[in-house]
Amino acid sequence: MIEKRKTMEIPAIEYGTVIDHIPADVTLRAMDILGDSFHNYTATLGTNFPSKRMGKKGFIKIEGAVISQDQANKIAIIAPKATFNLIKDGKVIKKSTLELPDIIEEILKCPNPECITNHAQAKTNFHVLKEEPLSLRCHYCERTLQRTDLVFK
Amino acid sequence: MNFKGRDIISIRDFSKEEILFILERASFFDKNKTSDHLKEKVMATLFFEPSTRTRLSFETSMAQLGGKVLSFDDVNSSSIVKGESLHDTVKMVEGYCDLIVVRHPKEGAARYVAEVASVPVINAGDGSNQHPSQTFTDLYTLQKELGDISKTKIGFVGDLKYGRTVHSLSLALAKFGLPIVFISPKSLRMPQDLIEELQSFNIKIIEEESIEKVANDINILYVTRIQKERFSDLLEYERLKGVYQIDLDLTSSFPHLKIMHPLPRVGEISPEVDGFEGAIYFRQAHNGVPVRKALISMVLGK
Repeated sequence: MIEKRKTMEIPAIEYGTVIDHIPADVTLRAMDILGDSFHNYTATLGTNFPSKRMGKKGFIKIEGAVISQDQANKIAIIAPKATFNLIKDGKVIKKSTLELPDIIEEILKCPNPECITNHAQAKTNFHVLKEEPLSLRCHYCERTLQRTDLVFK
Repeated sequence: MNFKGRDIISIRDFSKEEILFILERASFFDKNKTSDHLKEKVMATLFFEPSTRTRLSFETSMAQLGGKVLSFDDVNSSSIVKGESLHDTVKMVEGYCDLIVVRHPKEGAARYVAEVASVPVINAGDGSNQHPSQTFTDLYTLQKELGDISKTKIGFVGDLKYGRTVHSLSLALAKFGLPIVFISPKSLRMPQDLIEELQSFNIKIIEEESIEKVANDINILYVTRIQKERFSDLLEYERLKGVYQIDLDLTSSFPHLKIMHPLPRVGEISPEVDGFEGAIYFRQAHNGVPVRKALISMVLGK
């Protein structure tokens, strides 16, 4: 019964993509990062929904558009345990956990004030050295960053 | 191995095999000082901050290979002061040359220039990040002085926290699996993330505060300057600057040591040490020419 009530609260979709289990406090940022992947489609964004696993969670449901897991993986840096679901005929036909890409492009700003990316029109680009604990290297200034250093654009 | 069209930006981009190949080419140019095989080729030096010795070393190298040099080193007289973007400056310069050598105060600038330019780019220093021609020069010096780079047992001494040359050279030596000793006061130790990167090569690393304690375990003492501008507390600088004075007392106690230094030195090696047979820092500086000849001619595919 509880399961059913949940689906009543959230508009179910027939065909599209659902990214679920996004930490509630980064849902809007996740939407901002992913927005370009489905800008013409109807989307529902939920945040602060109760979750057994996370306490509170957020989700993005995109009606009518199938985005690739690679596109969805762009938010793995802020939502490492989020799930990626493809829906067809109202059923989940593929479900997986987001994976951190090897290279994180554009969404981060280099926290090193002397880095060229803060002085020229260079796109940012970070290599993932280690996932846990997170360690990144700026493609340009080659400085190593930890999770606490992250600055979003 | 073909390096034609390749950029020389960071030591991180090179494998052990590629490094050895570059050193072999440097050795060739050490024996064959002049030629004209780069005639008709033009190298542009794009220096956004002054560095006379690096620029001269590149220009000499190009001249002795028969090539021409275009200097864009006087920032004040060029359009940069008129507000032209780095991107546009590079797009303009690439049309006039076959190769760009760039020095820039911002970290990562050389990588950015290489992405913008259609001609190969050699990094001649990007802030406190990388200076690969210096690193290859140091590696070539080790090979030449010891006969084989794998005989290197190096100890770095001085400012290891901010020392760009130390960071790059230690990374290169780690690719060869060689042990490294770091000698510094606690406040100027190697950055932890770099130590972790070196450890990923499974090499033996020792961190120590005293030269004397480790001098018998090393054959190369690589000395760097403790820079005054790094200290907010000048009393702390006064305390530390003389700690690692390299003098005849040290060299006579440990005559097996060879002393390297990226130069310029400011008192950390006494002039009296210059006569010591293990003082190889001036030879090290001169090795910059064959190494730069090798880099220039390789990226031009010659």
